[in-house]
Amino acid sequence: MGRVRHLLSLHAQNLLGAMGRIARQPVNSLMTIVVIAIALALPAGFRILLNNVQILSGSWEGVIDFTVYLAVDVEIERAQELMSEIEARPQVADVILVSREAALEEFRSYSGFGEALDALEENPLPHALVVRPVNDLEIDMLATELESLAGVDFVQLDTAWVERLGAILSLVRRVIDMATALLSFAVVLVIGNTIRLEINTRREEILVIKLVGGSDAFIRRPFLYTGFLFGLAGGIVAVITVAVGLRLMASPARTLAELYGSTFAIAGLTLPQTLLLLGGSAILGWAGAGIAAGRHLRAIEPS
Amino acid sequence: MIRFENVYKRYPNGRDALASVSFRLERGEMAFLTGPSGAGKSTLLKLIALIERPSRGTVLIGNRNTSKVSRRRIPEFRRRLGIVFQDHKLLSDRTVFDNIALPLVIGALRRREIGRRVRAALDQVGLLGFEKHFPEALSSGEQQRVGIARAIASRPELVIADEPTGNLDPGLSREIFGLFERFNEVGVTVLVATHDLGVIAERDYRHIRLAGGKLAAADSS
Repeated sequence: MGRVRHLLSLHAQNLLGAMGRIARQPVNSLMTIVVIAIALALPAGFRILLNNVQILSGSWEGVIDFTVYLAVDVEIERAQELMSEIEARPQVADVILVSREAALEEFRSYSGFGEALDALEENPLPHALVVRPVNDLEIDMLATELESLAGVDFVQLDTAWVERLGAILSLVRRVIDMATALLSFAVVLVIGNTIRLEINTRREEILVIKLVGGSDAFIRRPFLYTGFLFGLAGGIVAVITVAVGLRLMASPARTLAELYGSTFAIAGLTLPQTLLLLGGSAILGWAGAGIAAGRHLRAIEPS
Repeated sequence: MIRFENVYKRYPNGRDALASVSFRLERGEMAFLTGPSGAGKSTLLKLIALIERPSRGTVLIGNRNTSKVSRRRIPEFRRRLGIVFQDHKLLSDRTVFDNIALPLVIGALRRREIGRRVRAALDQVGLLGFEKHFPEALSSGEQQRVGIARAIASRPELVIADEPTGNLDPGLSREIFGLFERFNEVGVTVLVATHDLGVIAERDYRHIRLAGGKLAAADSS
């Protein structure tokens, strides 16, 4: 019981001592903290943006329909013929005919160009057939076949760009993962270097503590706390930076979304993400200090 | 308490600091370690404090063979030893209280017990009331007394001192030696390396004299 209480009070003292040492060199400490914060805010910020893009594109994923646009001069009767013809194919599960009138109506309500469309005298849209294949195998072949039918203008694979976007996003995600790993390593190095300098300036003190019987753990502990606090402080500044950055983006993003008739709003850091960032940065600080202390404290021996 | 058996120490640079040194210091004994500079006094004390290891031979402290003390166990070993340094080795950014408390904090004593022991140690060296001072505000004799208070705060059975009066005038030296005598009177084993021959000549204690790394005389008192 007494031992536990002693350890707790020792840790509290170490924590206060580390705070004091960080505060005693405000400019240097602040620079270290800002460097850590930038290294953490960059991957965190990009990850948030990526998440937003994915939320935005999420509703389109898995779509394998494609649209067969007929030539503008094709009449509705020919369109219905084509529909039956395509529906009869074994690879096709379902076909929906979207008449040019229905297409205009849909465009009017979703595009946000309603008033502009009213100004048109004629409906510029063709009839179209939305084809749903049985499965996503050989879609390209089916598309080519359909494109060669009389009266078909062109076939648009709706999945193509969704797939491309998905591929781009996973590439971007991979790049961000690598950047996160590299920048985390940089945080470990920055904190390790700060701790190394601190160990050098406190060399005499370390020697004295070793001479009066301080164990390696006893000597290491204050440095671990210093690293922990640097990491945590860097994490806090990073969270603030990301929040401010997203706040600055919110208004233009909303304007953009409104132009597309969408209610999309940028999602910020969730509480678990915030805690993960803070916890991760504190652990990186602790680790950086631990590595530096392990490497440099051993070299300081009384002689 | 201290037993050297045929101890040799050769430094990595090839210098032979000690050669064939054997002596015993019994529990409760007090002795002066004398000899000219470079005779091996500091090396001998470093072997006791496990700052250095013997090249050959055995050093036993309190019946414990120091060569069996692993690197990991050295801190625990040193905590049972009081060491006084010529340059006192006080931490300038800590108060007198915190300096003396350092070995007690390391030894995981309770706060109240630490306070009691620090004040007791300060009382013994005659510096009660100096707790909140910083070392630099003290005279060098007072600083050395703080260093001694730190060495005895954890109540070690053995106190070793390396030239504790090296920077002090004879009057202050006498005071310091008086302190060591008083610890010895209450049962502490004391070994003091010094070349302050004038002051120790007045005292009737055993001399262990080194010359050129060899034992010149280890007469019992």
